[in-house]
Amino acid sequence: MLKNRIIPCLDVKNGRVVKGINFVDLKDAGDPVEQAKIYSDGGADEICFLDITASNENRDIIYDVVEKTSRKCFVPLTVGGGIRSIEDINKLLNCGADKVSINTAAVENSKVVIDSSKKFGAQCIVVAIDAKKKGDKWEVFTHGGRNNSGIDALEYAKQMEQNGAGELLVTSMDRDGTQLGYDIKLMSKISSKVNIPVIASGGVGNLDHLVDGIKFGNASAVLAASIFHYGKHSVQEAKEYLDSKGIPVRI
Amino acid sequence: MKVTIVDYNSGNISSVINSFKEVAKNKVNIEVTSDPNKIKLSDKVVLPGQGSFKSCVEALNNIYGLSDVLNEFAIINKKPLLGICVGLQMFADVGFEETETKGLGWISGKVSKIDNQDGKFKLPHIGWNQINIVKDSKIFKHIDNNSHMYFVHSYEFVPNDKNVISATTDYSSNIVCSVEKENIFGTQFHPEKSDKIGLKIIYNFINL
Repeated sequence: MLKNRIIPCLDVKNGRVVKGINFVDLKDAGDPVEQAKIYSDGGADEICFLDITASNENRDIIYDVVEKTSRKCFVPLTVGGGIRSIEDINKLLNCGADKVSINTAAVENSKVVIDSSKKFGAQCIVVAIDAKKKGDKWEVFTHGGRNNSGIDALEYAKQMEQNGAGELLVTSMDRDGTQLGYDIKLMSKISSKVNIPVIASGGVGNLDHLVDGIKFGNASAVLAASIFHYGKHSVQEAKEYLDSKGIPVRI
Repeated sequence: MKVTIVDYNSGNISSVINSFKEVAKNKVNIEVTSDPNKIKLSDKVVLPGQGSFKSCVEALNNIYGLSDVLNEFAIINKKPLLGICVGLQMFADVGFEETETKGLGWISGKVSKIDNQDGKFKLPHIGWNQINIVKDSKIFKHIDNNSHMYFVHSYEFVPNDKNVISATTDYSSNIVCSVEKENIFGTQFHPEKSDKIGLKIIYNFINL
């Protein structure tokens, strides 16, 4: 039986983890390679890096981070943030990323998803959708949530599936950072709209939220950042909790 | 000993290279090449594959002499070869992804789309699934039945001779996820992405 995945996400800026696990025995709490290794040793089903580097001159640091991580972690590694072109995707994959997550570029230029899926295979193309509720609909935002594209998130999700996305990473902007839990309605609506796996993101504050994302949001995988930071919960704890609630996980 | 990973523009093979180097620990020489002459001199060959069946077969055929030397290696000289994902699928006679495409024909059978039962099962089949070991395979030494492996695929290999199947996984139906036919091995899942247990399979192959 296919297991639901738990994916810890690390925000990386200028090659350093912005928030992270704060263990006493950690040599360098800001080192993304070391943090990723802790997660993979702890049973993470995948690792996600979100590169939030703003300045152009530091954009290449992420390649070095990915290369070092992929030599130490033998679970899938997804990298997102700032991907603009096929060339960016090619570089990340060559450095050892297994998947890339494309956000703004997928909205601005549909060819990026279509062409990269054809060239590298749908298995490595994740489209990240940042959605914000408006009335009884959700709209797609770009540029790290700053710009409203006005596009309907459900229609967009279907379009991205047709364009060749292998998975959708859906983040509720209303919930992101609130610790109030995923936007379950958004997740379940998108999940029933498409036949590709949906990864739920944005808003996890406790382990029950992970359960809800899978049980009621119908997500195939749940992504979380802050609950795994500062040692609040370990990935292993999360898995044992999901297991106790009858959700199939890899233990 | 020299183990060669065939680099034929079949998509992203960095993870395969990293995992084999991790397991080899400088004791075994891991070479990455598409040069038929170097492949000929190898002791073992790894045939990765990502993307579609059609694109992988085309990429293989685009390198002059490559399919001939692989055939000589695996079929005539009967040296150990491991196919991963589409690398395994290419063992078949024919694949139906994008369009009907002829495979290597090493293990008689076809590659067809997983039946998603009218949307009940999402495709691609992505994530960790358990393997049901149905036959002793040399690459499953010290691998427990029901171990979790990482999968990502929408097509499945359906061999004609069921005796080649060494493991299946349950997704919509019992999907063939590992085969062994004499010196030819294949996994539909990605041992290079399946954590310590996956590295053990790579270790087993290197130490055959």
